[in-house]
Amino acid sequence: MYTSFDKVKSAIDNGTTVVDVVSHYLKQIEAKKHIHAFLEVFEAEAIQKAQEIDAKIKNNTAGKLAGMVIGIKDNLAYKNHKVSAASKILEGFESIYTATAVERLIQEDAIIIGRLNCDEFAMGSSNENSAFGNVLNPIQEDKVPGGSSGGSAAALAAGLCTASIGSDTGGSIRQPASFTGLIGFKPTYGTISRYGLLAYASSFDQIGPFTNTIKDAALITAVMAGKDEYDGTAIQEDINEFPIEKIEKGSLKVGYISDCLESKGLNPEIKTKLEQTIQVLKKEGHTVEPVSFPYLDAMVPTYYVLTTAEASSNLSRYTGVHFGRLADNVKGVEETYKKSRSEGFGEEVKKRIMLGTFVLSHGYYDAYYTKGQKVRRIIQNKTNELLSEYDVLLLPTTPDTAFKIGGVKDAIQMYLQDIFTVQANLAGNPAISLPMGTHSNGLPFGLQLIGKHQKESELLSISAYLMDLKQ
Amino acid sequence: MDITDDLIDHIAHLSRLNFDGDKKTVIKNDMEKMIQFVDQLNKIDTEDVEPLIFMSEAINVLREDIVKSEITQEEALKNATHKDSDYFKIAKVLDVK
Repeated sequence: MYTSFDKVKSAIDNGTTVVDVVSHYLKQIEAKKHIHAFLEVFEAEAIQKAQEIDAKIKNNTAGKLAGMVIGIKDNLAYKNHKVSAASKILEGFESIYTATAVERLIQEDAIIIGRLNCDEFAMGSSNENSAFGNVLNPIQEDKVPGGSSGGSAAALAAGLCTASIGSDTGGSIRQPASFTGLIGFKPTYGTISRYGLLAYASSFDQIGPFTNTIKDAALITAVMAGKDEYDGTAIQEDINEFPIEKIEKGSLKVGYISDCLESKGLNPEIKTKLEQTIQVLKKEGHTVEPVSFPYLDAMVPTYYVLTTAEASSNLSRYTGVHFGRLADNVKGVEETYKKSRSEGFGEEVKKRIMLGTFVLSHGYYDAYYTKGQKVRRIIQNKTNELLSEYDVLLLPTTPDTAFKIGGVKDAIQMYLQDIFTVQANLAGNPAISLPMGTHSNGLPFGLQLIGKHQKESELLSISAYLMDLKQ
Repeated sequence: MDITDDLIDHIAHLSRLNFDGDKKTVIKNDMEKMIQFVDQLNKIDTEDVEPLIFMSEAINVLREDIVKSEITQEEALKNATHKDSDYFKIAKVLDVK
């Protein structure tokens, strides 16, 4: 019903209250409890907030997002609310400050309706790594919703909020968006402050939205974006909006990565849809050309060397002593750390800490970590080189549609789910997954656009254009 | 490369993690697979390539050196399991007779 902010606003214009809107979502959340998208619903608080916003609307003092109801991934801090990164090691933890991204949404009168399930510490591609149980794909409930922001995707796809927030380290917004038929947007690295985002891999992590419309993606992202004194790696300018411009016939230069199109694991129907999209764009007079990206096989390995290294360092703060879960019956500091961590972290997280510690350890640092950083530069250079010739790069988001829960058992096969999405994180570019098709198996899938650094408006404008062409 | 039990023990210690019994066999096997997977990077020629370390183009983002207190001691202690009014407490290190 309220699948976009425009729909919420037009209902409000016709006499619906924000309390009605929130009550509607709360009812839906209850009805869809079994998909396990939410780890916690801030029910009473959301209603109270809605009353305040209704009063503001009456007084014409409401913010830009008044009426918007948003779910946040459980790796974003929100003062006096629990946050766990879906990990037992943070069971019971309550934030003592609010993430900048969340704070800015609240400042504009968005209502935060709850925290959404995800893979533990955002490590996973299926939401099967949550310590609090997996999430079902609302489109076909025996399928995964993707990951790591699986709860964020499932919640919006099931109509439980107007939009949701996720984080994307290697595809964690775009891949679940593809699996659930949503728009998933990862802005340029640094567009949105990471302050209050529980860190996985700091040089990759980026917050972004799941929405049903490009307009909503642009609006929410712009509200969260811009300079922040708490994150020195964030963009140094203020951002007010990302205007959506009209795309003229014949004006675009689109490169499609032929290595992705020809990759063996690509589902034939996704390939066909991509080819059709290329034809449609050509018919509209645009220049659409194949480009070569010869580093496809290196992408996921580079990602794993660097992200696990950063994770091993970022996750060293979880010792059980200052916050989080503390082990019983231990003696001394070292044993406290080891037992608390071994009991608190899940298997996938421990595995990544181990690999990350290995690639950073004496004797292996140059061979793995430095090597990874060098390959990252090659990937970034090549991506920039292509984008100096083309406005955007077009490629699939995922090799296939959502798979069955428990269907991918081999770790490397699971890691290769991200083969088309990690490029944007390795190179820092903005990228978006657009719901472009439905497979004959009934499941949706996305196509992906990668844009130029800090050209979110351009990327979103082209996205809106493509979405219109589809219809 | 050969992943030995000693290497697993060493990395586990650096990671402040324990892997006992079956779990050690599993992590050893996982590490072997993952290292083999990332070894693919050796195929790429990185001669004369500088490592990419910083993702943002901003250099030396400075701020005024102003003292601000944003988290109270009470807030800092809020989430600790063992604490008193002033300190985090850790498990006893020495047994005193």
